[in-house]
Amino acid sequence: MAEKSDVPQGTLALMVLKTLDLLGPLHGFGIARRIEQISGDALAVNQGTLYPLLLKLEHEGAIASDWGTSENNRRARFYRLTRAGRKQLQTETGDWERTAAIVARFFAARTEDWS
Amino acid sequence: MSWWERVFRRRTLNDELSEELNGHIEEKIEQLMRLENLSHAEARQAVLRAFGNPGLIATRSREVWQWPRLESFLADLRLALRRLRKSPGFALIVLLTLAIGIGANTAVFSVVNSVLLKPLPYPESDRLVSLWLQAPGAGIADFSEGLLMSPSMDLAFSEHNRSFQSMGIWSQRIANVTGLAQPEQVQSILVSDGVLQTLQISPLLGRWFSQQDQDPRGAKTIILSYGYWQRRFAGDRTVIGRSIQVDSQAREIVGVMPRGLRVVDHDFDVFIPLAPDRTNLDGPPFGFYGIGRLKPGVTIAQADADISNLLPLWMSLWPQGHYFAIWRITPTFRPLKKQVIGQVGSVLWVVMATVGLVMLLASMNVANLLLVRADSRHQELSIRASLGAGRARIARELLTESLLLGLLGGAFSIVVSYGGLRLLKSLGPAELPRLSEVALDYRSLLFTLLLSVFSALLFGSLPAIKHAYARASDALSRSTRTMSSSRTRNRSRNVLVVAQVAMALVLLISSALMIRTFLALRAVNPGFSDPAHVQTLRTAIPTSMVPDATMVTHIENDLTDRIAAIPDVAAVGFAAAMPLDGIDADWNQFQVEGKTYDVTRPQMYLFDYVSPGYFSALGIRLVAGRDFNWTDNYGLRHKVIVSESFARETWGSAANAIGKHAHESNRNPWDEVIGVVADVHQHGVDEKAPAIIYWPVLMYIPYIEKPTLGAERGVTFVIRTRRAGTETFLSQVRQAVNAINPNLPIAGVRTMQEVYSQSLARQSFTLVMLGIAGSMALALGIIGIYGVIAYAIVQRTREIGIRMALGAPRSGVKWMFVRSALTLAGAGIAIGLLAAAGLVQLMKTILFGIRPLDPVTFTAVPVILVAAAAFASYLPAARAAAVNPVDALKTE
Repeated sequence: MAEKSDVPQGTLALMVLKTLDLLGPLHGFGIARRIEQISGDALAVNQGTLYPLLLKLEHEGAIASDWGTSENNRRARFYRLTRAGRKQLQTETGDWERTAAIVARFFAARTEDWS
Repeated sequence: MSWWERVFRRRTLNDELSEELNGHIEEKIEQLMRLENLSHAEARQAVLRAFGNPGLIATRSREVWQWPRLESFLADLRLALRRLRKSPGFALIVLLTLAIGIGANTAVFSVVNSVLLKPLPYPESDRLVSLWLQAPGAGIADFSEGLLMSPSMDLAFSEHNRSFQSMGIWSQRIANVTGLAQPEQVQSILVSDGVLQTLQISPLLGRWFSQQDQDPRGAKTIILSYGYWQRRFAGDRTVIGRSIQVDSQAREIVGVMPRGLRVVDHDFDVFIPLAPDRTNLDGPPFGFYGIGRLKPGVTIAQADADISNLLPLWMSLWPQGHYFAIWRITPTFRPLKKQVIGQVGSVLWVVMATVGLVMLLASMNVANLLLVRADSRHQELSIRASLGAGRARIARELLTESLLLGLLGGAFSIVVSYGGLRLLKSLGPAELPRLSEVALDYRSLLFTLLLSVFSALLFGSLPAIKHAYARASDALSRSTRTMSSSRTRNRSRNVLVVAQVAMALVLLISSALMIRTFLALRAVNPGFSDPAHVQTLRTAIPTSMVPDATMVTHIENDLTDRIAAIPDVAAVGFAAAMPLDGIDADWNQFQVEGKTYDVTRPQMYLFDYVSPGYFSALGIRLVAGRDFNWTDNYGLRHKVIVSESFARETWGSAANAIGKHAHESNRNPWDEVIGVVADVHQHGVDEKAPAIIYWPVLMYIPYIEKPTLGAERGVTFVIRTRRAGTETFLSQVRQAVNAINPNLPIAGVRTMQEVYSQSLARQSFTLVMLGIAGSMALALGIIGIYGVIAYAIVQRTREIGIRMALGAPRSGVKWMFVRSALTLAGAGIAIGLLAAAGLVQLMKTILFGIRPLDPVTFTAVPVILVAAAAFASYLPAARAAAVNPVDALKTE
């Protein structure tokens, strides 16, 4: 198995929200699996971080949960994006893109730009 | 999730969380089985390994809806409470120790706080000063505190100074109030203009005294204290303007002072204007306490310099005033608070240090108990540590338990300190100033809280640190049955015992010094004998009641005869001042015939005026010659009696003194010495017996040029009887007084024994406090040593068994443990001796007849402690030696 990197600090919340936005209600295991799949198995989601994060997001009102049945007929808690969560996703996406653009500019910078 | 869900649906939430996590694991297992073709067991193992600790994840997740710090603290608290409930004996001992220890400290702190730390109860009291002067040229070596003020000084200083906002003088006097039911002696205070202004306490009703009230020829006025107003007038607000008879003089009530007003820590019933006569001024009498309020920003040194400059002006107020230049009078003003507190400060600090030390000792015993308790949990704690509990987490749990104990003990201690203060107030030691202000206020409660927390940290930190830093592997292997305990295990307890012995030594040395002081004081012959059988009481005949001096003496003579006729009265007499009552009748020069005196260095002697029979009533030995008789008094024969030390110093022996002549000054005729009496410690047994010159009670007043008769109007009667202090005897005395004049009041009814005990109150109070603390310290120290040795023996039972199986003699085993106790005690004693040598310097002012570094005390006390340590360790050691080696090796 190839070495997987951990999810970068602070970005897991964004990934969870985006995953739920794209795929609709999912349970915890499903979210973890999707994130790993979307990243092309380059990321490993640490359960020790995921569940506290899910509870925190739910506590903040960005997501809500209902008990349902999983594909394997197991009782599971399904998380879905709330209206507030969608808004949060939009702002955070914007923030992230701006940050990424700034960082990209730094990488593109050359010495002559400073003279 | 709402807050009530978080609180009340906690169980459901927890269940759901673990179900969710389990579900996750199951899904993952199935995924692995599917993708990697593993068996269920293999997949499960892989998943669990990757997943980490599900318990930890659950905990972290739960924290989202908890207040994590508070929750874990509450959990610790619940655990600690449960553990305490399970060992009520331990809890009781610890809580009782703490309640008494903290309570005693809070009580003493409340006293220190109210007496020493709080400002005096007057507005801006830090600007109040007590006006004392020094007169090194006056030859009065016994003026230990300095020279008091005189009315002429007050007039000169208050009108011309630049440093004081206001100043005044006052003195106390017993006044007779008649015309209101029973004649009554009341405590009156004579105040000059400026005293009330200086204190800045406004009257409750009416007004302060004005300039007019201070005119000796003006209207006579009086101000009542709150207490007297309530007592005599039931708080009637119409008293203003009414008149009462004070010393047979009608005085109009112009004001009532508010409740709780004390003047320099004295309670008074009535305030009377001093009304000095400006037309007839003189330097003396120097018998008035001066107080002043400094202008803002003026220092005491500046005030001293200011008044120094006014002394020439004062001396020019009357003819021959410049005589006083040779007295070299200099102001040495001091803060009023210092005056009020007096010498009690050193006693209180010693007591505070003492109870503080006892508290430390008690904390150490509690620490010891906690260490044993934590040791019994050693294995549990080690397992928890090896399972990942952090040091801080374990330390916090142990500290929570200590904190709980400390706070509970502190809560109970409030009852103890409250009770202690109530007791102190009901005992009302006369030596303690500002007692009425002592209370358990918010500062005391804050002190209790701080002390509780501090002592909890103190006794809790040792077990906490020890167990938090214990290495898990170490602990687990150590408690197996094949090993004996190691040295390090007992180190912290050993340190505690050394510290305890050191502190016990300090306390025991202090109390031993105090016992020696007390014995030395008791051994001093006060000059009078058998004080338990001497009744004393005061009475006064004011000029307004009986103007004629000879008449006054006749009345007093009649009273003496009537009292002498009461059954069982062996002797009776009276004097202007009796020993130990804090009054000095007079001070003056006394010049012996045939000696030349340096006028620039006058020598002053203590005078007293005594009736015939006074010496035999008090049991003061007549060394040579004879006592006064009434003929000496009425015949105005110039006779005088001197004390033994004066006779020896002047004429070589007591017998030589008889028939010799002396007088106050050149303008007085010679007086003949007719008797010499034993020296009396007039000012207390801890002070040198002064030379005293005794005069008859009726004589020409020596200071006045024109021959004027003077009688002693305020006198103390001393009655020698085996019925002293009994009610029946006192009522017979009252009848005798009533038969002479029903308007004569009686006050100060005490036996001489009470007077004597009271004069030793400061020393006996310190002795009792140190004695209690010392014995508690000794007991705690013995318990500490016993505990350490007994515990070590329990831990080393197997080792003892092996030693004895290999042939160690029983005495050798016993000695091994006693030796270790003696080593600890020795270390403690060495440290304690050093500490004591420093700390006893604090007691210097209380000690008498003994040096702080008394070699006997510093040898005897360590010997006692060594014996105590040997005893405390011998008991468990003997038990250890009685162990049967077979049993010892079999058990565990």
